[in-house]
Amino acid sequence: MTTRAGRGGGFSYRRVLAYALMIVFAIFFLLPVYLLVITGLKSFQNVDVGQMWQWPTSLNFGSFGAAWIDLRDSFHNSFELTIPATIVSCILGSMNGYVLSKWRFRGSDTLFTAILFGMFIPYQSVLIPLVVFLRNIHLYGSIPGLILTNVVYGIPIVTLIFRNYYATVPSDLVEAGKVDGAGFFGIYRYVILPLSAPGFVVTAIWQFTSIWNEFLFALVITNAPEVRPVTVALQNIAGSQFTEWNVQMAGALLVAVPTLLVYIFLGRYFLRGMLAGSLKG
Amino acid sequence: MARTATREVESGSVKGAWRRRVNTDRIAPFLMIAPSVAAIAVFVYGFIGWTGFVSLTKWHGIVADYTIRGLQNYAEIFTSYRFQTDLRNTLVFTIFFLIGCLVIGLVLAVLLDLNVRGEPFFRTVYLLPMALSFIVTGVIWQWLFQPGTQGNPTGLNALFQSFGIPLAQQWSTTAAVWPAGGWRPGWLLVPLGIPLAMIPVAVAAIWQMSGFIMAMYLAGLRGIPDDLREAARVDGASEWQVFRYVVLPLLHPITLSALIILGHISLKIFDLIMAMTGGGPGFATDVPAINMYETTFKSNEYAVGAAIAIVLLLLVAVLIVPYLIYNIRTETQR
Repeated sequence: MTTRAGRGGGFSYRRVLAYALMIVFAIFFLLPVYLLVITGLKSFQNVDVGQMWQWPTSLNFGSFGAAWIDLRDSFHNSFELTIPATIVSCILGSMNGYVLSKWRFRGSDTLFTAILFGMFIPYQSVLIPLVVFLRNIHLYGSIPGLILTNVVYGIPIVTLIFRNYYATVPSDLVEAGKVDGAGFFGIYRYVILPLSAPGFVVTAIWQFTSIWNEFLFALVITNAPEVRPVTVALQNIAGSQFTEWNVQMAGALLVAVPTLLVYIFLGRYFLRGMLAGSLKG
Repeated sequence: MARTATREVESGSVKGAWRRRVNTDRIAPFLMIAPSVAAIAVFVYGFIGWTGFVSLTKWHGIVADYTIRGLQNYAEIFTSYRFQTDLRNTLVFTIFFLIGCLVIGLVLAVLLDLNVRGEPFFRTVYLLPMALSFIVTGVIWQWLFQPGTQGNPTGLNALFQSFGIPLAQQWSTTAAVWPAGGWRPGWLLVPLGIPLAMIPVAVAAIWQMSGFIMAMYLAGLRGIPDDLREAARVDGASEWQVFRYVVLPLLHPITLSALIILGHISLKIFDLIMAMTGGGPGFATDVPAINMYETTFKSNEYAVGAAIAIVLLLLVAVLIVPYLIYNIRTETQR
């Protein structure tokens, strides 16, 4: 197979230039990660900000230990928030996607567009009523309140992912199901759900990552330190005068670990969710 | 095959069951989406309406006050120094962010599309920041952009100095506007110009988001049939001409999508700036989203905060609504 870069001039200088550019960009993308890692590994004697770029003289996980003490409880909170919210999101997404792709009705496309709009709004435009509402139903300042919020505002994206996914399931299968005497629920249960695994994987990864990384709702809805998820806790550590900067960096790395693991091992599905967000997936 | 099955169903007692099922099938889809539709109706549209209402009231302080004040809150924000600064900052940030992401995203996509060895590695690296929270990104870049002192530089200043390039930038710690002092027309309270502290914020945002644009362009590039490029080459076009006159025009729809996605992210930007600068120094990196949060939940000026939120929503809607309508139209045509 001829490679595209090799064609044209037939020269390899183009290829060398391409590699050089790609390496420069890779450095740009990895430099902050490098800094993050070496700082996290430095001991407390070794963390003068002026020597930021120096290799740690000896491996020391003390920064991670210190950051872990600050973040441990909020890690627990984040998992308690993210896992149920992700599961409920997936179920709703699958249901909505099934209806809006295989059981369209008059106005269903308009309805879908109206749902999608919810994905783009600045959440500032719903925060005040949201806080009042959550106070009234006694969920303000609690993790269940945050789960509810993340599930509801996640509906547009999960619906979009599943609708796009089910659009690739041939409608003939649905028709065949009807002919065989299966109804709406039967087709969902016996035709659609068994084919849904990739849709669930993409949605679960997307929702897990977004809810784990979410900040604004968490900041506004969880006022007490005991219920804070990791993003708010990290922001507090970073804003504190009393936390050494190596601990801040180690904390940032710890917060990033779960989503990084997901990305490294399931990157393909992560990418699919991301492209779905641009509507052209 | 299908016809025999239908005939069987329609015969005899099966017919009644079949009809009942058709009736269930008519209602069941609505039942299935009802929870989500209700939730969106209340939490998106209902709450927006409610915020709109709050923006017309006198509510300030902890206790809700729904006395109508009219459009006074809007007049107030548009004549406030802070909100005017926010609009200027958002515009500057948007320009840097859009150009940075589009250019880097396109260049990276073209490079990866050259079928070079190690493509999966590079792709993984470029997309890595997308997996991180804006808060994590903010914390890292805040330290990279710590200027340090003249004799003892830190962060990027120190890095460049170790390569013999003296770089004594103040980065995000200066409230200065370029060109010096900016230019202030009489009807504005805020000097126009580039708030220098906004540039590091834009760099961090570009670092985080350009991989996404790369992925969009890469998907587009891989969708262009090789025959098209080959045909142009046969016609004697150089590689550059093939790119400029064949590939680039085919990528226009993607550029449009990318502009709209990035544009609305840029209007809404909040987390990253909170983590990097908190909106300071002064209001040099303040944006409407932060202003709304602080006005509402720190100063308890709920009505004014709601007005800021509505203006922000309108800005986003102007961008997004035509895009959504266009998307659904082209999809129906397909």
